Amino acid sequence: MSGWTVHSGRAVALMADNIDTDQLIPARFMSVPRSEGYGQFLLHDLRFDDTGASTGLALDAVPGASVLIAGRNFGSGSSREAAVYALVDFGFRVVVAPSFGDIFAANAVNNGLLPAIVSEAEARVLAQAAEDGMAAGGAQARVDIKAGRLRVQDTTARFALSDIDRTKLMQGWDDIDLTRAHATEIAAFRAARRAVPGAWPAGAGT
Amino acid sequence: MTGAIPTEPLTLLDRLWRDHEVARREDGASLLWVDRHLVHEGSHHAFAKLADRGLHVAEPGLTFAVADHYAPTRDRAGGPDQAREMIARLTRNAEAHGIRLYGLRDPRQGIVHVLGPEQGLTLPGLSIVCGDSHTSTHGAFGALAFGIGATDVAHVLATQCVWAAKPRAMRLTFRGKLAPGVTAKDMALGWIARFGADAALGHAVEYAGEAVEALSMEGRMTLCNLSIEGGARFGLIPPDAKTIAYVDGRAHAPGGAKWDDAVATWGVLRSDPDARFDREEEIDAATVAPTVTWGISPEQALPIDASVPHPSDTRHPEAALAALDYMGLKPGDPLESVRVDRVFIGSCTNGRLEDLRAAAGILRGRKARVPGLVSPGSSVVKSMAEAEGLDRVFREAGLEWVDSGCSMCVGMNGDLAKAGERVASTTNRNFRGRQGRGARTHLMSPAMAAAAAVTGRLSDVRALQANAATIEVAAGEGAA
Repeated sequence: MSGWTVHSGRAVALMADNIDTDQLIPARFMSVPRSEGYGQFLLHDLRFDDTGASTGLALDAVPGASVLIAGRNFGSGSSREAAVYALVDFGFRVVVAPSFGDIFAANAVNNGLLPAIVSEAEARVLAQAAEDGMAAGGAQARVDIKAGRLRVQDTTARFALSDIDRTKLMQGWDDIDLTRAHATEIAAFRAARRAVPGAWPAGAGT
Repeated sequence: MTGAIPTEPLTLLDRLWRDHEVARREDGASLLWVDRHLVHEGSHHAFAKLADRGLHVAEPGLTFAVADHYAPTRDRAGGPDQAREMIARLTRNAEAHGIRLYGLRDPRQGIVHVLGPEQGLTLPGLSIVCGDSHTSTHGAFGALAFGIGATDVAHVLATQCVWAAKPRAMRLTFRGKLAPGVTAKDMALGWIARFGADAALGHAVEYAGEAVEALSMEGRMTLCNLSIEGGARFGLIPPDAKTIAYVDGRAHAPGGAKWDDAVATWGVLRSDPDARFDREEEIDAATVAPTVTWGISPEQALPIDASVPHPSDTRHPEAALAALDYMGLKPGDPLESVRVDRVFIGSCTNGRLEDLRAAAGILRGRKARVPGLVSPGSSVVKSMAEAEGLDRVFREAGLEWVDSGCSMCVGMNGDLAKAGERVASTTNRNFRGRQGRGARTHLMSPAMAAAAAVTGRLSDVRALQANAATIEVAAGEGAA
């Protein structure tokens, strides 16, 4: 995963609360290998009717949209990282919302997708700006992780992001490599942990 | 003790975090040691990442694989091709990495969050992760347990550690006693409805108070299981005598002298009396009623004697409007007038023996008006239920008694409701499409789901419980 600091693209709004992971990717698609691309499954049952015809969701009206503006508690629900794969494979780099499910947010950052937190009022104004830009083929958006600022058309907002997530998104760290730098500490911790009663399962020989 | 250096009071979360923190980065991220890593069929993405990098599993002895999400419940050899392939893939990965697998034919197989405690893999003071958001269940034992995504699953497989940001500490105290007919499920739906499905984002919730202490371990697991539906990745209850009695003698719990040592270390797993929480909330347990959801978020829940709300009377009117549209409900209609098409009793939330007993208690001697599925939370629960005849109660009532798995909670194995069908369900998520495209889910306790089966509509279980008592009294008088 490569890090990034500034992203420019087109914004689209989906202003519902509680867009949960079951909506982001229905469970029946999750056995597919990632290499097949998950973008086709994003919000599948909202985007397509029973016959597979488009429902005309804004998402499909802005080709190449990469900034999504949504309601509170976005990505609530399951730990399925497939919800993030669907957004990323569709082309999204940023989701702007008043709040995010904790596991979703962690998964997003692990995949270079920025979960940017703004107030409910700001989300509504930004969504309006995105809708206003639809006629011109999608609103212009610019997001700066380092500055913690974003712009949709002429509307600007500051967004909240933890230091941990900011660093990780900008560095594009690979956690496994990063953790290997702590090999000595891990080995020492493991040795001490072995002495804790119950830390290893009893009778676990297979 | 004179001369002792005063130490800062700690929460249970502080203690568990400190006990597992291997390192802390400058930006505040903690590298945590993982005592138990539970994997299921959904881990295929993580194993693929491992294979791509040519890595092996660091601690196969601390890693346990379970077939649950895609487990066929009617015919272990059957199920959709996709489900069978997912289980085969898990089996191959477990074999390749030397991980113990609880497969479909294993008498200990079960939903990962039911199996872990049953097998003594879940113990107080451990850190437990799994690629499943309901891992919060294990917090009922005073364990630091949380759900993670595929990237982190791969990381844990490769390193036995996980990077995490320490959550803020929230305490939710249920003062006093629950009224008869009210369960842990109602406590959970009640607090989520009161505070919101995003209320506890960024927090670990420690449950406290007399009503929590009075819960069985099963009830505590239900309460912690649903923490994530209120936004909290972690639920916590300090271990007590009930916890220790539950764990004692389990297959992977320490035995002999090690047992005594372990129990001695668990005594400190609690929050200090003067510990500071980032957020404190209190609920009078006596005000909690049997609760059902009416919408498509767990926060859209009301006491069973309420009516379908008018969107303008709710905290989030637009969301309520969308929910009523999806659910096909009319504002002002009594919830008890809402007809259901089927029931589902099971899941990691409410698939334990106590849950099945509660449902059977309502169904005994009665007939279900609608079809329904009863799937025990584990094969162990299934055997125990059959040993006491609960399977016969469900069958005689007209419900289907099937094998253990996640089943209709998530439908990955093909156990799904049809579009437009209304399901009275003991599961954890009433999300749009969760139980099948267009399916409508009402969450409730096992006894409430049983009551809905009997009447064919959402029903107040207390009325049926009162009837049952009357019938028993009448029978007793007749015999005398």
